[in-house]
Amino acid sequence: MDSPSSSPWKQPLQAGVIAGAVSVLLSLVGMVATFKDRFIISGVFSMGQVIFLAPILLMAYSLLRRTAPQSRQQVILSGLFTGLVGGVVLAALVVIGKNVDLQAMFVNSSPILHNILTFNQPLVPGLLILIAICMVMGVLASGIVLLPQRVATAIIQGVSWILLIGLMRDLIITVTSRWGPLAGLVRLFFANSGLKPLGAILLFALIAGLNYWRSGRPAPVVKPAQTKERPLIYYAKWIGLGVLLLLLPPILGIFFSDILDTVFMYILMGIGLNIVVGFAGLLDLGYVAFFAIGAYTMGVLTSPELNADPMTYWQALPFAMIACVVSGMILGLPVLKMRGDYLAIVTLGFGEIVRLLALSDWLRPWFGGSQGIQLIAQPTIGNFVLNTQQELYYLFLLGVGIVAFIAWRLRDSRMGRTWMALREDEDVAIAMGINHVATKLMAFATGALFSGIAGTIFAAKLQSVYPHSMNFLVSINVLSLIIIGGMGSIPGVFVGSLVLMGSPELLREFAEYRYLVYGALLVVMMLTRPEGLWPDARRRLELHEEELEKEAQELADAESAATETTK
Amino acid sequence: MNKRLLVLLSVLLAVSMLLPACGPAPYECTDAIGCVTVAPGEPIHLAYAMVISGPDETLGIDSRTGVEVAIALKGKLLGHDISLTGEDDGCSAEGGQAAGTKLAADPTIIAVFGTSCSSAARVAVPLLSQAGFVIISASNTAPDLTRAGDPNNHPGYLRTAHNDEVQGAAAAQFAYEKMGVRKAATIHDGSLYAESLQAVFAKTFQELGGEITTQEAVDPNATDFKSVLTSIAAGGPEFIYLPIFVKAGSLITRQAKEVPGLESVYLMGADGMFSPDVVEGAGEQVEGLFVSSPDLAAFSADYQTVFLPKYKELAGVDEPVSIFHAHAFDAANIIFAAIEKVAVQDEDGTLHIPRQALRDAVYATKDFAGLTGNLTCTPTGDCADPKIAVYEYHVGEYPPERIWP
Amino acid sequence: MLRTWRQRITATDIVIWTIGIAIAVMVVYGSAKTLALGKYTTETWIDLAITGLALGGVYALIALGYTLVYGILRMINFAHSEVFMSGPFTAAFAADALVRLGWWNRFPVLSLLIVLAISAGVSALIAILVERIAYRPLRNAPRLVPLITAIGASFFLQYTFRGLYGSGLKGYPEMDIFKGFWMIAGIRVFKTQAAAIIGAIILMLILYAIVQRTKMGKAMRSVSEDKEVAALMGIDVNRTIATTFALGGAAAGLAGILYLLLFPVAHFYMGFFPGLKAFTAAVLGGIGNVPGAFLGAMVLGLLESVGPSLFLDGLGIPAAYQLKDAIAFTILVFILIFRPSGILGERLTQAKA
Repeated sequence: MDSPSSSPWKQPLQAGVIAGAVSVLLSLVGMVATFKDRFIISGVFSMGQVIFLAPILLMAYSLLRRTAPQSRQQVILSGLFTGLVGGVVLAALVVIGKNVDLQAMFVNSSPILHNILTFNQPLVPGLLILIAICMVMGVLASGIVLLPQRVATAIIQGVSWILLIGLMRDLIITVTSRWGPLAGLVRLFFANSGLKPLGAILLFALIAGLNYWRSGRPAPVVKPAQTKERPLIYYAKWIGLGVLLLLLPPILGIFFSDILDTVFMYILMGIGLNIVVGFAGLLDLGYVAFFAIGAYTMGVLTSPELNADPMTYWQALPFAMIACVVSGMILGLPVLKMRGDYLAIVTLGFGEIVRLLALSDWLRPWFGGSQGIQLIAQPTIGNFVLNTQQELYYLFLLGVGIVAFIAWRLRDSRMGRTWMALREDEDVAIAMGINHVATKLMAFATGALFSGIAGTIFAAKLQSVYPHSMNFLVSINVLSLIIIGGMGSIPGVFVGSLVLMGSPELLREFAEYRYLVYGALLVVMMLTRPEGLWPDARRRLELHEEELEKEAQELADAESAATETTK
Repeated sequence: MNKRLLVLLSVLLAVSMLLPACGPAPYECTDAIGCVTVAPGEPIHLAYAMVISGPDETLGIDSRTGVEVAIALKGKLLGHDISLTGEDDGCSAEGGQAAGTKLAADPTIIAVFGTSCSSAARVAVPLLSQAGFVIISASNTAPDLTRAGDPNNHPGYLRTAHNDEVQGAAAAQFAYEKMGVRKAATIHDGSLYAESLQAVFAKTFQELGGEITTQEAVDPNATDFKSVLTSIAAGGPEFIYLPIFVKAGSLITRQAKEVPGLESVYLMGADGMFSPDVVEGAGEQVEGLFVSSPDLAAFSADYQTVFLPKYKELAGVDEPVSIFHAHAFDAANIIFAAIEKVAVQDEDGTLHIPRQALRDAVYATKDFAGLTGNLTCTPTGDCADPKIAVYEYHVGEYPPERIWP
Repeated sequence: MLRTWRQRITATDIVIWTIGIAIAVMVVYGSAKTLALGKYTTETWIDLAITGLALGGVYALIALGYTLVYGILRMINFAHSEVFMSGPFTAAFAADALVRLGWWNRFPVLSLLIVLAISAGVSALIAILVERIAYRPLRNAPRLVPLITAIGASFFLQYTFRGLYGSGLKGYPEMDIFKGFWMIAGIRVFKTQAAAIIGAIILMLILYAIVQRTKMGKAMRSVSEDKEVAALMGIDVNRTIATTFALGGAAAGLAGILYLLLFPVAHFYMGFFPGLKAFTAAVLGGIGNVPGAFLGAMVLGLLESVGPSLFLDGLGIPAAYQLKDAIAFTILVFILIFRPSGILGERLTQAKA
């Protein structure tokens, strides 16, 4: 692909075809038509249009960035050509769709789509407009490439933020509506769908200007963290974070508190699974089982539906915890000898068995079957019942605090080192005299316990449990978040959960295309940061020794440059 | 810094633009749970909480289209546009909570259409009820949601869907009286809907004097049902009631005839299987499959002439993908009528909608000429005109033929 | 002698054996009681077994994709279930077109070949794309990272196909030549079932021959042994891996058509559960092992079909078929307790977990 000797048109042609193909795919998938009335800037351009034009702009941009420095003319021409090819591919979709009954197969190849692609014009002028606009996209891309870096970055930032803000209109209005006078101010920028044109221009100027101004300042010199003396400011930062965490629910309102509850619930589970997978290296695909056991134990013990003498949340909690630890060990024993993917499938099976038993008509008198369990007790403090999501947030916060502390202490304990030894090489670890039975069981039991606690709060939060909530996807989500955060890293669990569990909630804007976007995000995230968003220092060292050395070198260079300028 | 000055100036400008908007308001809200004000040029904000992704999505997408048709046909309501936003209820309790919470946080919403599934309703409805909305569902059929005194019954919640108790009982009567069978088996798929329908069916059928040979359950995502059918065949039923959904339902229909002992058994589904997908999925074996459903013959003539064309245009499909679109359409129109009744309009077009008054107006709905019949809401929120009919499928034909009563 | 034997047994062994024996006793007791009840006739049991074998054949072909990829990259290709879905879902539309042309029953063999080719082609193409975009850049990343891209790709593909072809069910037309049944030695065998079993066996043998006998297969095996050495020996590693994905994908696409013969309904969600089952089957047989995948799939198919009636009916458990996956997984645990590397798996004690 990178052979410069071949014809100068080859690469733009390739890029144009790929971009056009992506646009065609997104059109046929239905995203373009679904979001045709969803304006980013009211009356000017809609999300649907962004969806089919963005691939062309992005592809042209990445092509031009990749290729070696060229003359100004060449850059503009290749941009133009990429746009042309992309436009022609899209136009072909319209022409074919108008003449062949594509809709029998591709349900979204409808007149609605064709009208959007031809900008509501008759066929021929419409197609010409389409191709012209695609070419403009290509030229825009070359324009950004040709501009000085600082200006280009400012523009890119401005545009991205406008897109994001326009997209999140409803969300922003919902949240800010609680903020009194500020709400009116925010409303001024927005139309009934998307931003007002004037508001968009104002915002763009603001963001791009700020960015331009900021990038003009010399980059702050990063000092290597000093481990011995921690200045007061170090603690102040953490205290500030703590206070912020405590204040979040009233600031953000109930909707964001609900998302935060979900995020924290997954952090709880993530920390637990991180011990099993990240520390001890045991791949567990059925982690939802313990979550289910925690939730169901809580349900069975506290619901008056199944129980003549229901307990309170706090009375039932120890039983739920014991149930989880015991089941963790029961799972742990048979899988002691299994490794890698055999372990994965057995744990997966365990998760399914638990769900199916909870669902079964057979055990219905005890677990409620498909009707689930309702009227589950909510935790009380004195006479105060924690029942809204904002109040339960504090319970999650408390749980996460305790569990994170335990996990953090465990990691650096003797047990933690044993786990890691087992993870690195089981045979050597056993040869060194490590009791692999106790070690593995401990990992399973701890992981199960944390997940079970999350389950009890989940049950209390919904006041009901249904077997359908205990599906395989929960296990997959927890596993994904610890890998996205960075395996074995505790802060990674926080970041991973925030990104992974927060984003689908925010992606609700995409309605039925939520999981499509989510899947694409997962792939992109892992391709760009395979070590995770906040990798464990030790792992990072193993994986990226060379890069780290390079980075250190760059840091040193920057520092010396900085000292030179100050001289 | 000049830029900072610019920021400050723009903020000031924005605030000064805001001030005139805060003029004196002649309308004073005296409603017990508050009012919604819709400024001129702003739309009336309605919302949905329905399942629009995952395996059950056709249920929600179908009802959502029903609401969209109602909005499209209505055009403007008291001079305002109607906007519909919404959330995915995921057909699950946690999905219901997320959707309910999100919608409850938006004070501009007047009414919510949903939820699609009863498990979602049990969690979402309390949240939405607390927020002062009217909630009206087109497809929740669980009996407890509208049972007086039940903890799952909340103020402001109504439904245009019929109660499971009506449909399950009708199916049992059809089997016992019309088809004259005495031995029946049931299959559910572990969903709330199917489980409670088959329970009602079994109870009624036994009360009529019939015998239930087996009550089996299947995994809705399984594909091979021959084994379970073979085991059902051992009980020798003449009739199998399977109030499940399209996917498993059509596969069971296909496979049942191939199982020895079930060659001449009658199969009957419920409204979850009233869908063109059944004709597509069950192929030739669809012949003779019964489904119970709201009685389309009792539907007003507008259903064929006005509603369906618009539905097909909006959804871009040949046939409705599920059965509750008409109920959703009626739900929307009940809301429109109630808004028209209680809204107070200022001279400049500003609307004030008192929430409790709106609820009262919806509960007071009487003899409302809807698509699904003449609707009258009970004090606990059952608005359906519960006429159940039984239909028989024929190969390649949709909708199926009405045969009972 | 006795002493050393006793020393080698630890408390954990006792617990594990107790679990194993408990499962075995349940199975034997349940089966004995069911048979004693005499609710089912011999024909019924044979019917159930044939159903199970037909299902097993489909699982086997899907499992092959998992096993081939696992053998070469040591990773679980979670997106394989979507690879499986893509081919037959597309082919169902082609079948519709053939019906409209009137070819479907007039030229059944030709039609079948066209449909098979389309299904295998689309699945292979999707498999190659997934490998190129989601796996190749991560070849040296930690082991679990491609697992996450696989899950992401899986979501993406599922909902892409939902968008392309719609969320409804797509019926697959029945072919006259597959209607009805044969009586073989007094046993009724549906033609579709026979076709699925025979088709699966033939395809499996062909694919096995490709892996074992051809130059390409040799290249695959050498890459799976050691990528670096294989590269030094002049094997294009990237290309071999892509070929492996294509082969696995094509097998999944062919499996898809057999699947549609048995269960003639296609939809965007159809891949997930068969994929999960096939993965289980591959592990049950010993992952990385082609005959193992076949054996595992057959065992799993039988367990799902016969298991609930045989093991649970006698115990008086209602709605036994609701628990069929629970039975399958329990037996899986049971087998893996005694053979931790699957039925035919080699002892992978040195393999990195």
